Amino acid sequence: MGIKRLFAFLTLATIAPGIFAQQTAQDAEEEVARWGVNMTQGVTEVSRTTYDLHMLIFWICVAIGVVVFGVMFYSMWRHRKSKGYQAAQFHESTLVELAWTIVPTLILIGMAIPATKTLYDIYDTKEADLDIMITGYQWKWKYDYMGSDVSFFSNLSTPQSQINNQQPKAANYLLEVDEPLVVPINKKIRFLITANDVIHAWWVPDLAVKKDAIPGFVNESWTRIEEPGIYRGQCAELCGKDHGFMPIVVKAVPEDEYHSWLNDRAAAAARIKELTNKTFTFDELYARGEEIYKSACVACHQAKGEGIPGTFPAIAGSKIATGPMDAHMSMVVDGSPSNPAMQAFGAQLSEVDLAAVITYQRSAFGNNMGDTVQPIDVLNFKNK
Amino acid sequence: MAHGPKPGFTRWLYTTNHKDIGSMYLWFSFAMFLLGGCMALVIRAELFQPGLQIVQPGFFNQMTTMHGLIMVFGAVMPAFVGLANWMVPMMIGAPDMALPRMNNWSFWILPFAFAMLVSTLFMEGGAPDFGWTFYAPLSTEYAPPSVTFFIFAVHIMGASSIMGAINIVATILNMRAPGMTLMKMPLFVWTWLITAYLLIAVMPVLAGVVTMMLMDIHFGTSFFSAAGGGDPVLFQHVFWFFGHPEVYIMILPAFGIVSAIIPTFARKPLFGYSSMVYATASIAFLSFIVWAHHMFTVGMPIAGELFFMYATMLIAVPTGVKVFNWVTTMFRGSMTFETPMLFSIAFVILFTIGGFSGLMLAIAPADFQYHDTYFVVAHFHYVLVPGAIFSITAGVYYWLPKWTGNMYNESMGKVHFWLAFVGLNVTFFPMHFVGLAGMPRRIPDYALQFADFNQIASVGAFLFGAAQILFLFNVIRTVRGGKKATDEVWENPEGLEWSVPSPAPYHTFSTPPVVR
Repeated sequence: MGIKRLFAFLTLATIAPGIFAQQTAQDAEEEVARWGVNMTQGVTEVSRTTYDLHMLIFWICVAIGVVVFGVMFYSMWRHRKSKGYQAAQFHESTLVELAWTIVPTLILIGMAIPATKTLYDIYDTKEADLDIMITGYQWKWKYDYMGSDVSFFSNLSTPQSQINNQQPKAANYLLEVDEPLVVPINKKIRFLITANDVIHAWWVPDLAVKKDAIPGFVNESWTRIEEPGIYRGQCAELCGKDHGFMPIVVKAVPEDEYHSWLNDRAAAAARIKELTNKTFTFDELYARGEEIYKSACVACHQAKGEGIPGTFPAIAGSKIATGPMDAHMSMVVDGSPSNPAMQAFGAQLSEVDLAAVITYQRSAFGNNMGDTVQPIDVLNFKNK
Repeated sequence: MAHGPKPGFTRWLYTTNHKDIGSMYLWFSFAMFLLGGCMALVIRAELFQPGLQIVQPGFFNQMTTMHGLIMVFGAVMPAFVGLANWMVPMMIGAPDMALPRMNNWSFWILPFAFAMLVSTLFMEGGAPDFGWTFYAPLSTEYAPPSVTFFIFAVHIMGASSIMGAINIVATILNMRAPGMTLMKMPLFVWTWLITAYLLIAVMPVLAGVVTMMLMDIHFGTSFFSAAGGGDPVLFQHVFWFFGHPEVYIMILPAFGIVSAIIPTFARKPLFGYSSMVYATASIAFLSFIVWAHHMFTVGMPIAGELFFMYATMLIAVPTGVKVFNWVTTMFRGSMTFETPMLFSIAFVILFTIGGFSGLMLAIAPADFQYHDTYFVVAHFHYVLVPGAIFSITAGVYYWLPKWTGNMYNESMGKVHFWLAFVGLNVTFFPMHFVGLAGMPRRIPDYALQFADFNQIASVGAFLFGAAQILFLFNVIRTVRGGKKATDEVWENPEGLEWSVPSPAPYHTFSTPPVVR
């Protein structure tokens, strides 16, 4: 192959992706802050201190870079053979070596002092006003407000059609959830962070909180948010297939608003509990089940119940979904004994939702069982 | 000169010649570099736009995992071993490696290891998808069945590396020509000696950690499962006890190559030879006590956090000594800018930038914001691509005329350099920005505010990839013919390798040279 043809190939390889460039630009909505190049200053004291520390080190690096690269470029410019420059032959100088060992050490000590101070602040989780337990699941977050009955899952709410490019993407594409974590401002909130399956990491840049969620361990972190607002983050530790699809949304509100929200949430939880004794029709259960399926099951078992061969079994035509009810309930409520990816949903969903989703799975995707299971049956199964 | 190479294919199968084995390592490594590079291009193509276009998330994770594994274990490490095979005996005046049969064996098990690793892509459940760092329990309880093949592949790679390292140590310590004292050895030999000790120290740790995984998966133990009384964080400690020295394994020989090239083209001796040796040894020592800086967010006690932060910051000192030495060597030299020099200068500049971001990452409180974002991806690609890849490329251009007896095409080399240099920076510099702006790593799809820089990075990646084809072309052309190289090749280069004819005969230094 001649050089010219190689060049033609290289040019093509470079330009081809550029043709699509304009399309995305149009897809993005105006409100998104584009071309962001730096860390956020955030909305807490810790996040601002962290930002300052980051900028301090950055400028020190820039200063060192200017000196080192300055000398390099100067000699590349001046000390060329093509300009007839004669090489000096100096080498070895203990004094110089000592100087460029000691000076950087001093600079490092200068950096370490503020860093140590900030680290002590971040580690001081004492005397919190409020404790929230955060549990990472594949691929959603669970929030428990300690000392109250309020507990819920927070799932990605971006529709699959946007991810698959069938619909234009909304401004908060992949950074939106069905239920955000609601917290009061100006209160010291302690997060107790753990995980149910694999390691996740709970990260909200505006709060400068990033902590690994590790199964079997409870990590601590804290924040005190100063401004009301919505702060978005993402899981930061690779946790499997949908690692990129488990965002975090924190809604910080004034304290009284927080309390009324908490009361409403507790009342709603009580109402769901009451529904356990109600008898539902097939259609009611099927419709509710479809919604639950979309948030709790679809990530693995896929939209048409086809699963992913070799990784996640299909529900369409599966032995369990078309077999005895007890085995099906056992699989959903207690999880799979052989495959840890199939979680125990008994602790994650209410009896109503469990009954609905089981009913749905038995009659959707061409499974023609047509039978129903009632919330009370699920409750009895759980208590067995 | 007793005899030449065996005719035919069996020459390569049965060879115990360090030059043949060196060439095989280098070709193997280049093939892996292209394969791992193609996987990187799949990743960049998917990340060209928000939304899922080309691959599904599960396959995307397989690509990031395999890209990392293949580049680290298949491209960078074998390339350095290849260079060591070719150059160490010639640099110390030895006729061959100390353990030639083991040398053959340590190369020939590698293709099998990688064939096994790559075959997992075609297995049910797909290839390993848990990242090249394979954190448990994602890589144990939650792993695809192919993880077992991955474990055996890692075992074989480890065995190969350990044998290679033992061979290099044995060669350097026993086979130096009369008068070649330790402190007269070229820096490439020094850095490899230290690297070999690192390999012998940490590859067994890697073997240990994957064996613990194997036990957890198949034999009911619970090393890494909290439910069975184990500890998922233990995995990370053991892994990074291997993993941090590993990153120095991938950079120390690079220091040696650059320390050979810069004095040649600056026509001036290396500024501080002995301080370079001591700095290398210091870096190697420090590499054993900084591993947990990869784990600042796992929830270590503050004392541990502080220790690892200070120790990590300390690495900047010997690394700084190295950079200052290279710059001072260039200062008031009489420089020319042939391709090896261009790659070496780019090495110094870009590796320093990677060092700066490394220093930023060392600051634990700031690391809470950087950790597991694209800032980290930018950092380690800035130290590995211009660090390892550029230095290997520089070394190949520098010694190719000695190996083949022919000069490579200089202008094509320069075009290769500039395309690679531009491509690399266009690819990896914007990653600093998206990382700081909040984009996590290892995600197949991202929020809209990261779209612009990702698009730029993807374009750069294809440019960088295309540039490597030019490299391949140039090397093949040089192997086949071209302008004859002189024995010295360059202007008064230092080292015994330049005292033998070009191309270097099949057997060199059958009678040891005398070093003054």
